[in-house]
Amino acid sequence: MTLTLDAPRIVTTRPLVTLRDVTKTYGDVQAVTRVSAEVFPGEVLGIVGESGSGKSTLLRMMNLEDTPDSGSYTLDLPDVQGNLFELGRFARRMLCATKIGIVYQNPHLGLLMKHSSSGNVAERLLIAGERRFSVLRDKARAALAASEFPLERLDAPPIELSGGMQQRVQLAKAIALEPALLLLDEPTTGLDVSVQALVLDTLKRLQQDRNITMVIVSHDLGVIRTLADRVMVMRRGEVVEAGLVDQIFQDPQHPYTQQLVHAKL
Amino acid sequence: MSVTPQSLKTLSRAWEPMSYGFLDASAKREMRRKMIKAVAVPGCQMPYASREVPMARGWGTGGLQVSLTLIRPNMRIKVIDQGADDSVNAASIRHFLARVSGAPTTLDTLQADLIQSRHRIPEEKLNEDQILVLQVPNPEPLRPVQPNMSVARQMHADADYGRMWLQLYEQIVRSGRVMQGASYPSMVNGRHVMTPSPIPRWDVPKLNMAQHLTILSAGREKRIFAVPPYTRVEPLVFDDVPYKVEEHHDLTCSRSGAKGFFMNEIPQEDGSSAYELSDSGFGVKHIQQGIGDAVTLGKTWYENGEMVE
Amino acid sequence: MSVILHVQGLTKGFTMHHLGSQMAAFSDISFDLNAGEFLLLKGQNGAGKSTMLRTLYRSYLAQAGQVLFHSDHGVIDLLRAADVDVTHLRRTEIGFVTQFLVARPRVSAEDLVAEPLRMAGHSAPQALDKARYWLKAFGVKDSLWRAYPTTFSGGEQQKVNLARALILPRKLLLLDEPTASLDAHARVALVARLQELKQNGTAMIGVFHHPDDVEHLIDRVIDLTPDAPNMEDRADVAV
Repeated sequence: MTLTLDAPRIVTTRPLVTLRDVTKTYGDVQAVTRVSAEVFPGEVLGIVGESGSGKSTLLRMMNLEDTPDSGSYTLDLPDVQGNLFELGRFARRMLCATKIGIVYQNPHLGLLMKHSSSGNVAERLLIAGERRFSVLRDKARAALAASEFPLERLDAPPIELSGGMQQRVQLAKAIALEPALLLLDEPTTGLDVSVQALVLDTLKRLQQDRNITMVIVSHDLGVIRTLADRVMVMRRGEVVEAGLVDQIFQDPQHPYTQQLVHAKL
Repeated sequence: MSVTPQSLKTLSRAWEPMSYGFLDASAKREMRRKMIKAVAVPGCQMPYASREVPMARGWGTGGLQVSLTLIRPNMRIKVIDQGADDSVNAASIRHFLARVSGAPTTLDTLQADLIQSRHRIPEEKLNEDQILVLQVPNPEPLRPVQPNMSVARQMHADADYGRMWLQLYEQIVRSGRVMQGASYPSMVNGRHVMTPSPIPRWDVPKLNMAQHLTILSAGREKRIFAVPPYTRVEPLVFDDVPYKVEEHHDLTCSRSGAKGFFMNEIPQEDGSSAYELSDSGFGVKHIQQGIGDAVTLGKTWYENGEMVE
Repeated sequence: MSVILHVQGLTKGFTMHHLGSQMAAFSDISFDLNAGEFLLLKGQNGAGKSTMLRTLYRSYLAQAGQVLFHSDHGVIDLLRAADVDVTHLRRTEIGFVTQFLVARPRVSAEDLVAEPLRMAGHSAPQALDKARYWLKAFGVKDSLWRAYPTTFSGGEQQKVNLARALILPRKLLLLDEPTASLDAHARVALVARLQELKQNGTAMIGVFHHPDDVEHLIDRVIDLTPDAPNMEDRADVAV
């Protein structure tokens, strides 16, 4: 089942992200099988599925950290053309640094734990070519404030911070350059439930204030339900069902989705 | 026409106990090729074999191999260590170079064709005919931010210097200023970031658009890189945090009376400090001038303590 | 009168895979709805009244039929439209009114109510003015306007929800028992607002426990009860 690719449309918004027939195998394992999806500007796409369903692999490919065996990936942005999977390492790095933000479940993947928090955010701006110290500082502060990070800890290294705070630094880093696309890989998994709620709350606010296009991967249906506009359910590398978030939760069609929804509610 | 029968003996040179300039021909050939590569891609580190020389690795073997390759009997050589011609290490290297090549030596920067130096660039301007060889302990500017050298090389290839800049950002955040003293990372020809070897910040601007060729060589790390004449060398600085050299503008040399150059600080019994010119050859010339000897003082990079643009 | 909605052969049932069974909700429903028309759905409990509303809103997927909606962008079959279009129509032309508020943490009541206007492009101060007007109309005390509705009582939350749902005039409103457990004052305000919207051309499909509140608005009634036109006529049970 594909997402909305072939459904009739009358509203002419063009999708920001288009994935077509993305397939990835690791040895004999089909990690992702012919997945197609569109993400529209300002929308939040949730991807659910149990571990091993291929959802994180798909997200990593959207961050161009991994290349599929086949398939295409396009971003509808003024100066971005063609199948992004065909870009070289340098072009990928520049694109990811400036147009795509990502928050990992594991902050060690996304942060320099011993550098200052503001420095972690500033690094993004430095890669993009900002060379004014005062501007770096102001922008880093603004991004951290938007992520509701306590500014008195601006220069504390993430290693000294709690898990929730580390996620906020990751988030600030991801939004510092106002990316066209924000990818969230299990952003609240592993946090205390109360902290989880606070981080979700921040994400929701950011989404509403800035109208950021997001793709969020989680096995936690509550997270998806809170944030997503549309949901894609993955199982063993395939999309079994996709639809509006209320439809997926209220009227799931596929046996797997029914089982998933009923198990969690 | 009689043809001389060819044999190994006629085609090769007779065995000699020592090659000219100590290094054998193939070693020098490799050095020459790597130097040409290094000049062709300014600031980019080229790997080389780094032969054994009769000196421990880390004591200037990289610079020595370059000097041994470039040396000719008619080249005048000068060797300095932290600016001084008379330190044990500088004297030993100078003596060795002269012995294996027959080249004359000098203490005067203006007279020298080849200058091998550890951690200083002379105060007098070098010209197009001169070559400066700098000994480099650690050629990789990215090492503090990326311990994995394979990844660091990839970062150079991508001009991925975000981490480098981040390090400077962190220093300003933590200390209010850039703490990097020597080995100030510098962008060469707008492309590769290099470490200029541990020369003080005072010396880095001297490399920018300099007339002379600078070859930097790390014997232990087996890397060589170069700054060709008239090449941009720009220390990494934020647009709004200006590059600062050591504050030696107003210091006066207690021995020669020269003012406005890079000084060595000499602690005194009473807790105060006296200063003397770090460039000893330059200091000697000032003293000679003071007692009325005829000496030629060359043009200097700094005048009245300020870099001349 | 222009047609807003053309429903043809609408059929909905649920497949319960874990029971291996099918459960029919309603089948082969057809009707047209014009601008400014008020359609009451009636039928006993479980006859599929709410299911019908949710199917039209695309929260449920229909199994057969056609729902042609005459949107500002043209005619579109709501059952087959792309998700993105449905989202867009929900934001601009189709409203769903329930008694339950989905409050969001740290968003004040007035901001929550103003949101549909802001998303439709109204300026923030203007949207806020209107939001306050409607909060007042539904009887929410002005001391509560800047508070977070997560902490409100059920009744107050319901009023905030109604203000939010009805602030922006829509082409089509789906009303799922909005009056349930509402106090008299708010009920009057709600009916007045519905009347106003209706006069301005909003088509409405409603499910009401106590249809007498809106009796004067009703143009047509569809009874979803299968084969039971003569069920006992008690107003307080399913109508």
